[in-house]
Amino acid sequence: MQLERFSYDNKIVKWFATATIVWGVVGFLAGLLIALQLAFPALNFDWAPTTFGRMRPVHTNAVIFAFVGNGIFMGVYYSLQRLVKARLFSDLLSKIHFWGWQLIIVFGALSLWMGYTTGKEYAELEWPLDIAITLIWVVFGVNMFGTILKRREGHLYVAIWFYIATWVTVAMLHIVNSIELPIEFMKSYSWYAGVQDALVQWWYGHNAVAFFLTTPYLGLMYYFLPKAANRPVYSYRLSIIHFWALIFIYIWAGPHHLLYTALPDWAQSLGVVFSVMLIAPSWGGMINGLLTLRGAWDRVREDAVLKFMVVAITAYGMATFEGPMLSLKNVNAISHFSDWTIAHVHVGALGWNGFLTFAVLYWLIPRLWRTELYSKSLANAHFWLGTLGIVFYAVPMYWAGFTQALNWKTFTPEGQLQYSFLDTVNMIAPMYMLRSLGGLLYLTGAILMVVNIWKTVARGNFQENEEAEAPALVKVEAHKGEHWHRFIERKPLQMLFWSLVMVAIGGAIEMIPTFLVKENIPTISAVKPYTPLELHGRDIYISEGCYTCHSQMVRPFRDEVVRYGEYSKAGEFVYDHPFQWGSKRTGPDLARVGGKYPNSWHFNHMYQPTSTSPKSIMPRYTWLLTTGIDIMRTPKMIKGMQILGVPYESGYHNRANSDLDVQAKAIAADLTKEKEIRQIMEFEGVKDLTYTKMVALIAYLQRIGTDIKTVSADAKPIH
Amino acid sequence: MKFINYLKSIQDVRIFPMVSLFIFTAIFAVVLVYAMKASKQYINQAKQIPLGDEKEC
Repeated sequence: MQLERFSYDNKIVKWFATATIVWGVVGFLAGLLIALQLAFPALNFDWAPTTFGRMRPVHTNAVIFAFVGNGIFMGVYYSLQRLVKARLFSDLLSKIHFWGWQLIIVFGALSLWMGYTTGKEYAELEWPLDIAITLIWVVFGVNMFGTILKRREGHLYVAIWFYIATWVTVAMLHIVNSIELPIEFMKSYSWYAGVQDALVQWWYGHNAVAFFLTTPYLGLMYYFLPKAANRPVYSYRLSIIHFWALIFIYIWAGPHHLLYTALPDWAQSLGVVFSVMLIAPSWGGMINGLLTLRGAWDRVREDAVLKFMVVAITAYGMATFEGPMLSLKNVNAISHFSDWTIAHVHVGALGWNGFLTFAVLYWLIPRLWRTELYSKSLANAHFWLGTLGIVFYAVPMYWAGFTQALNWKTFTPEGQLQYSFLDTVNMIAPMYMLRSLGGLLYLTGAILMVVNIWKTVARGNFQENEEAEAPALVKVEAHKGEHWHRFIERKPLQMLFWSLVMVAIGGAIEMIPTFLVKENIPTISAVKPYTPLELHGRDIYISEGCYTCHSQMVRPFRDEVVRYGEYSKAGEFVYDHPFQWGSKRTGPDLARVGGKYPNSWHFNHMYQPTSTSPKSIMPRYTWLLTTGIDIMRTPKMIKGMQILGVPYESGYHNRANSDLDVQAKAIAADLTKEKEIRQIMEFEGVKDLTYTKMVALIAYLQRIGTDIKTVSADAKPIH
Repeated sequence: MKFINYLKSIQDVRIFPMVSLFIFTAIFAVVLVYAMKASKQYINQAKQIPLGDEKEC
């Protein structure tokens, strides 16, 4: 058979590898900073862009979409070309993909620093960037499928199935979760409200972990592990079951992020059942990975690439065992909102994603530059620093999680809560310091890698186009008696279709009933739309990332009801676009904070948290005093909310600012009665508080959870 | 009021968990049977794809 000559595009792999390394270091640095901020609040620098609330999304977006994202594209573009024996479909699309993605990262980080955020975790970027992500994702898809379609290899290796499922599912998740109503450039409101928004968000959030952090990396594992170990995958049959079972089950498990919340019990239980079932395919994949090394374990002692891979796969196994355990309601009652979740996530992120990325880089760079790795001992030092970093990160966080969650629930013999919320925070401060040490070790390891790779590149000789040859693909005709799966596999677009069907079934069955419920929820008559000033305050709450530390969801537990007040009801959130339930309580829950403290308390607390709460670790929000709200935006906000179904009277947008005026003046007058506050105003050079962000935020905080305080007498716990 | 009251008002809501279980079992069974019955030749061919796709340096 005649061989066709072609070349592999290594240049695009080099670009994505470089971006992976650069953004990795940036993301780890951001992580280290926010870890230190919890131990040393002065590191918030009293400056809006560097406060925890804005830096935390910068960190998560940097490590997920910039570090792992570029890692995915690096690995997919390298392995796909070789698995299908064809050059990438289009060099131009590859370039657009690369530069588009980097621009999204840069503008994403800038916008988060400037306070532009949708307030939905891991989907914080505002609508223009959402559109840009969609376009670039399509470019990636066209480039990938174009390559697969012009392949010279009859079989689609299992890694490619994972890539296809990743592409189609991330597209679906991103589009469904990002449906929002833009009211102006860089400002939108989620199309969904309250319970529905929470369900869609965590369906997205959970599956972002599944289909951005897991499936593409499993694809990379199925390619790079056999390459590094120089032996085929242990069981190809197992990989088939692994693939279909994993993508089918994963999509159902999202509601386990919302246990004991106002989400319907039915959806919660479904999430739990499927989460527990997830152990099977996840461990199937892990075992398949580890057993691939059978007979090669002697090499693991010497080869840094294999070492990183073994720890990565083990971390994957640990995290995917722990995940289902955390989704059991009795475990979740303790773990949720605590640092336990943070520990769990980082075993996966630092161990699985981080270490697999490092392994691929150490394997790939010498091959791309046709040389040996500069220093094996530096790579080994990186491995040990990284491993120690994970241990020093995870153990203190588990400890902090158990300690704090149990302390939250401790009562005195007289039936009072034993600890104030702040007590429980201060008790775990040493754990936050230790965790920062873990982060520092991990970052140091990564810097060793940068040096090692830099030196390797310096002495190597990069080959932009790698020559290859392979026979053209003979058109495979269907023949009688062949397996149906071969039929799917021969046609990659069918693979895409069936992957979409698999993931869409779970999403649909889970969501349809909850959306139907909307029509059936008797609106709690006491729950009213926010006033214009409260809406402005809510926008500030979102923009400053308050949700990264404060939940707004009182679960029906004795300790929570005693500490915060009446447990939260589904009907309370019908006007919340987006919902702000949060996922972590670094600070206390705010679902019933309205009316709990006087306006002046909030003022002082935001200006200098330790003045009202000694030893508080909350950042100062001094700029709320010196910056104002944009009242020109009010009519657009009201009109937007009306489109989303919030029942303001028609034409209210014209009158909204006069109501805003009255409310803002009342709060400002109340605040300026206090001598202390007048002194602060003088010190900051503020003459009038009326239109400051401070007043708007106080208006919102004083409103939260007050609607049903009058009807709480009828409420009974649901569990 | 318990949320279940709202859900009960959806017609035939109980079919959802049953449908879920059925779909899952059916798909899992089909995949399992396929994987077990796949020909040895195909399996061996497929698992070798990543190896030998380039000249090792």
